[in-house]
Amino acid sequence: MDLKYTPQEDAFRGTVRAFLEAELPTDIRAKMRLGKRLRKEDLTRWQTILHRHGWGAVMWPERFGGSGWNIIQQHIFEEERADVGAPPQNAFSLKMLAPVLMTFANSAQQQYFLPRIISGEDWWCQGYSEPGSGSDLASLRTAAMRRGDHYIVNGQKTWNTLGQYADWIFCLVRTGSEGRPQQGISFLLIDMKSPGITVRPITMLDGEHEINEIWFENVQVPAQNLVGEENKGWTYAKFLLTHERTNNAGIGSCKRALKKLKEIAAEQMAGGRPLMEDARFRDRIAQVELELMALEVTNLRVLSAAANEQNTLGPEVSVLKIKGSEIQQQLAELQMQALGPDALPYLREALEMDWVADPKFSEHYRTYAPPLSGHYFNLRKTTIYAGSTEIQKNIISQLILGL
Amino acid sequence: MDFSYSPEQIALQDTLQRFIDRDYVFDRRRELAGSALGYSAAAWTLYADLGLLSLPFQEEFGGLGGNAIDIMLVMQLIGRGLLLEPYLSTIVICGGLIQDAASEAVKRALLRRIGAGEIKLALAGYEGSGRYDLSRVDCSATRSAGGWRLSGRKTVVLDAPSADYFLVSARTGGEADEAQGISLFLVERGSVGLTLFSYPTQSGGRAADVCLEEVTVGADALIGADGEGLAIIERAVDKGIAALCAEAVGIIAALNEATLNYLKTRKQFGVPIGKFQALQHRMADMLIAAEQARSMAVIAAVHADSENPAERRRAVSGAKAYIGQAARLVGQQAVQLHGAMGVVDEVIVSHYFKRLTMIDLSLGNVDFHLARFSDTLR
Repeated sequence: MDLKYTPQEDAFRGTVRAFLEAELPTDIRAKMRLGKRLRKEDLTRWQTILHRHGWGAVMWPERFGGSGWNIIQQHIFEEERADVGAPPQNAFSLKMLAPVLMTFANSAQQQYFLPRIISGEDWWCQGYSEPGSGSDLASLRTAAMRRGDHYIVNGQKTWNTLGQYADWIFCLVRTGSEGRPQQGISFLLIDMKSPGITVRPITMLDGEHEINEIWFENVQVPAQNLVGEENKGWTYAKFLLTHERTNNAGIGSCKRALKKLKEIAAEQMAGGRPLMEDARFRDRIAQVELELMALEVTNLRVLSAAANEQNTLGPEVSVLKIKGSEIQQQLAELQMQALGPDALPYLREALEMDWVADPKFSEHYRTYAPPLSGHYFNLRKTTIYAGSTEIQKNIISQLILGL
Repeated sequence: MDFSYSPEQIALQDTLQRFIDRDYVFDRRRELAGSALGYSAAAWTLYADLGLLSLPFQEEFGGLGGNAIDIMLVMQLIGRGLLLEPYLSTIVICGGLIQDAASEAVKRALLRRIGAGEIKLALAGYEGSGRYDLSRVDCSATRSAGGWRLSGRKTVVLDAPSADYFLVSARTGGEADEAQGISLFLVERGSVGLTLFSYPTQSGGRAADVCLEEVTVGADALIGADGEGLAIIERAVDKGIAALCAEAVGIIAALNEATLNYLKTRKQFGVPIGKFQALQHRMADMLIAAEQARSMAVIAAVHADSENPAERRRAVSGAKAYIGQAARLVGQQAVQLHGAMGVVDEVIVSHYFKRLTMIDLSLGNVDFHLARFSDTLR
């Protein structure tokens, strides 16, 4: 038991840092730092840069073109990535779909899709939730009927993240109605350019377009796009969700957010003193920082235990998901609270880089301030998506506690 | 980074667990808590034989050269077994202090005897008006012929009734709340002018208020430099805090196991009460708290040996503040989920709960340590 990084790990961190400092485009970095809107082009450009350097998928094994880094190396990369202000990569493709493809897909699928993911050529989105199937995901009804060499897909997916950018969608579809609802589900890869697909934006509480509903009307999908076996999709879906939840601990991003919170609290004034000197506010920061200190170690304990058992992640990731999502929310809330009354203005245009405040007023309005309230509102999603906190507690109850 | 335990550490845990299962079952523990001594003298001898009492000391003083993680593991088992022996006071705090700060002569004179189980020590550091502030020292030490004369009062000195020696903080200069001017003295139990008001604690241990009236000690009783004692005491207490964190984590784990077992066996409305979602989610919260608390105890342990006071303080105060809150959650909910069985003396749950509560109140509670941690934030 030792929490110190080895000299090799420290050197590795130096290498990662130097690369990020040198290669992260300054315009993307500025957007991240100031909480501005990122475009698809920003994200794919960054993925391409990482890929050129051989770091397109640091969590993948080398045989699939990944970096083959161990848990600690991945953790260091994620910390530095967030601290420098590089955007997170597309987790839907790299961290959720890819492990499913590596584990359950045939080699033709692996050889076609994985290189296109790592290069940034294909943008993937997820088709899981439906209007009637949220927490009770297995009740999903989007149907895929086999017709010769094709499936014909009909139905509706919702709460889809960034589908407006996507080239492909991985979907859970119903292929059977026998037995328990879990038994008739299949895992299908669908080209978003297919005729019959309609993407409709859902404006979220922060006023932004991040989420969509997707309609499928007699969409023809080649049968070769089925992953694994028909009607075994639930197994793959659960496997994917376990990976999704680890991803949600978000330690690196939380550390960055904590740092930003302290910077804001040091700059915002209350009663003529920096807010950071107000013990009442500082204690609230302290409480979140303690949660984060603990979660960082809990996260590494869980991941290294999994690494010792051939990377089998278990229900323990529910603990990480619950805590990680709560911490993200608390940090966003405190960032907003730190602004006090200045959190009220709703300046959508301020989310663009070219926004300039009227110079008569700009001195008071810090450039970091306008996005913070929207960020708080936006992050209410974290305890709802990827299995709500209540679902995670059900998982802990059943699979860890045996209740 | 490495999150595994060595084979020796695993063996150490197994040995202690077997001892608890065999010789320190709950009924036996209750007897001991109610006995005149308040702990098991036989157990203390056994700990010496097992090497537990010399675990953290350097080999040249007969020790095993164990590290903070070894102590963490021992303390977790002490928590799990609700062991009453004065390990924290004698070995972790006072033994640690002597090893870190005493002269070669004192180390030679005491560490082997401590390790052999021959003598016990207690830290007399807190005073009535200071709450958890170790720098609030009114107790005075003035030079006398060939030594020092100590007068003052120390409150809630843990494990004082069984101590053969006290480590007493006393002021040799400065004002009552100044960091400078505090010195540390080794005072023998039988010294003339030293009296104890002894009592059991809420969690079964023993403690006393200690009164010193013109107690004379030799010049060699001074530990560390004259007026520079506070840093020495704080370092030892920080080790004690890390140890208490580990003890709490051991109890939290045991309490969760007991509660989970109860949820699976207690039936109401025709089903085990663990079938009810309201209770399941409570139990899930307790599990999460336990995992997070365990991580904090590791953080405290690996920094407890640090010579950098700021780094040490951030880790141990952070851990104590966090674990105090986690322990409150787990303790209160364990009692609640046990229903009426949680509030009786004859079930171990209430004893775990009381020990967790008293751990919070010892060496600085949640408020104290949260403030200390918060004040370090940059």
